[in-house]
Amino acid sequence: MNAVLDFNTVAASAPAAVIEHLRVTFTGGASPVRAVNDVSLTLKRGETLALIGESGSGKSVTLRSLLRLHPPKKTQISGRIEVSGRDVLAMNTSTLAAFRGRVASMIFQEPLLALDPVYSVGDQIIESIQRHIKVSRAEAHARALKLFEQVRIPSPERRLAAYPHEMSGGMRQRVMIALALACDPELLLADEPTTALDATVQIQILLLLRELQSRLGLSIIFVTHDIGAAVEVADRIAVMYAGQIVEEGDVRTIMRSPRHPYTQALLQSRAHGSLAKGSRLATIGGAPPDLANLPPGCAFAPRCNFADDGCKQSEIALVSLTPKHHARCRKTEQESPPSGGEG
Amino acid sequence: MNAPILEVKHLTKHFPLKNALGAKTGQVRAVDDVSFALQKGETLGIVGESGCGKSTTARLLMQLIAPTAGDVLFEGKAVGSSELPLKEFHRQVQMVFQDSYSSLNPRLTVETSIAFGPQMHGVSARDAVVRARDLLDRVGLDPKRFAGRYPHELSGGQRQRVNIARALAVQPRIVILDEAVSALDKSVEAQVLNLLLDLKDAFDLTYLFISHDLNVVRYISDRVMVMYLGQVAELGETESIFATPLHPYSQALLASMPSMDPDHRTEAPPIAGDPPNPINPPSGCRFHTRCKFAQAACSVNAQPLLAYKANQHYVACEFFAANAHLSIASTEKAAAELTEVHA
Repeated sequence: MNAVLDFNTVAASAPAAVIEHLRVTFTGGASPVRAVNDVSLTLKRGETLALIGESGSGKSVTLRSLLRLHPPKKTQISGRIEVSGRDVLAMNTSTLAAFRGRVASMIFQEPLLALDPVYSVGDQIIESIQRHIKVSRAEAHARALKLFEQVRIPSPERRLAAYPHEMSGGMRQRVMIALALACDPELLLADEPTTALDATVQIQILLLLRELQSRLGLSIIFVTHDIGAAVEVADRIAVMYAGQIVEEGDVRTIMRSPRHPYTQALLQSRAHGSLAKGSRLATIGGAPPDLANLPPGCAFAPRCNFADDGCKQSEIALVSLTPKHHARCRKTEQESPPSGGEG
Repeated sequence: MNAPILEVKHLTKHFPLKNALGAKTGQVRAVDDVSFALQKGETLGIVGESGCGKSTTARLLMQLIAPTAGDVLFEGKAVGSSELPLKEFHRQVQMVFQDSYSSLNPRLTVETSIAFGPQMHGVSARDAVVRARDLLDRVGLDPKRFAGRYPHELSGGQRQRVNIARALAVQPRIVILDEAVSALDKSVEAQVLNLLLDLKDAFDLTYLFISHDLNVVRYISDRVMVMYLGQVAELGETESIFATPLHPYSQALLASMPSMDPDHRTEAPPIAGDPPNPINPPSGCRFHTRCKFAQAACSVNAQPLLAYKANQHYVACEFFAANAHLSIASTEKAAAELTEVHA
């Protein structure tokens, strides 16, 4: 009962990923945690979207929902998720197993935890290839070698026989990327892939992802809390706060004319080179809300300088500022024009 | 120039490596002959990648681990000598760690934690509690609400405020901040950075600020020390280092910062590969294996710290003038100024 799917039959016109009204609630604890609250987004083929936000904003939970990685007994998911025209939430176990890695695959933050310590990295890639594609071991090995060359691992033949602990952090992340690309997925999901890396290594991995994207025509959803990393790789940015996308638009728009007060505050609160010595940073007062106890209206309202009573009463609708720029805010017309976009 | 408040001379820490039988098999050269001085009232930032020895340096300064060689002098007195016993030194120099949770005792209320230090130094219990409540107020936590809370009842940002209050409770002159804001979300990080600047002014403090985040270091530091594999690569005034980094490593590190401008993304990684293992560091200049300017001599000759501008900017690279693409005239000028530091 090997459920090898005929993925070729899927209409090539379907977007790489569509998420509609996704809600994810974790019910394992004392009170339900509403981690994702009505997230909708569309990823075009060949597009790179960065989901940015602080911890607890729901960016990783959204990403993991695309592969249904949450424990089913403790998670309620509603809404709709389609990857290349396939309904992910409707898949049975074997379809899901064939889907993961073949159509969509994930790069994790900590390759040392994601890779199996007792198998060589080559064996892990070969296993993944043979799991999805009917090829001999020799063919799978040749393919693994090609993948290692593609992700620029020096002396790839020798490295295939290495174990994860024998490699440096940057090399392990390259292995992780090779493993994710092993079966030619259409959609690559990257969960903070460079956060654990050193600065000089981080930029290498970011540029590698950018290069692979354009060479292989991948569609990528890239989760990060680092705005700089998002600017380096993404075409579009979606900013998340308390389980919602509060603003979405192309990179230039978000960096230069953010319209949601949270995005504006996030960009202005960064320490950067052009700040005068001894000047104080612009800050957002307070802390992100408790996801088990969300306020009825805009979740950012308690920290927002523009909020009034209307913001605190009912959920805020997404406002289209242009066809490609949306913000979930009632006050987008009234805010002062932000500075943003400095180096 | 005034006498420095803290002087570090030829500080060295080698951790022995042993096999299963306890026989010595090698050593990690975590910190190797590091010398610098901390001026009263300044903030010195230490940057570098993992394994460069920045945290080991902090722990050596605090005498949390014993150095293999080298001296630490506080106001000219050797730390740990009869002139300056450790207990008195620890009243003068305090540290804030990255992990705000594991550095607080989970069984003590935050008020008790903060009051503990002063009591050890002879302050009465009643006065120590008064001081703790005052400090809670100073770090932005209302004592009425927070004094009786336990660490698990606080957010990460609040816990780090408690750690800062605890460090200040013994009225130190120097505070060592080891990645103290690295675990915080950006919006909270900005709040804590502002707090650190306010407290520095209010209590006349000197900071040693260790971080891997170059933006934050640039924002908060008066001078910056760049470390690579246990050694000082470059040391100088913040704007001098950021405007004209002289060491090829500093140049690569600064160029590795992600761009914030979507129209000027990074084109190519400034350097390839990961930092080498400090167990068997490269011979000669430790950066020569990754340096694009490296010459044959670089793998043989260790590089002493040279003065580029006396008292302002030091670099451990003989070829820095050529590397920095300085004009011939300024190269000669720099050459004339060359005097070996710490001779």
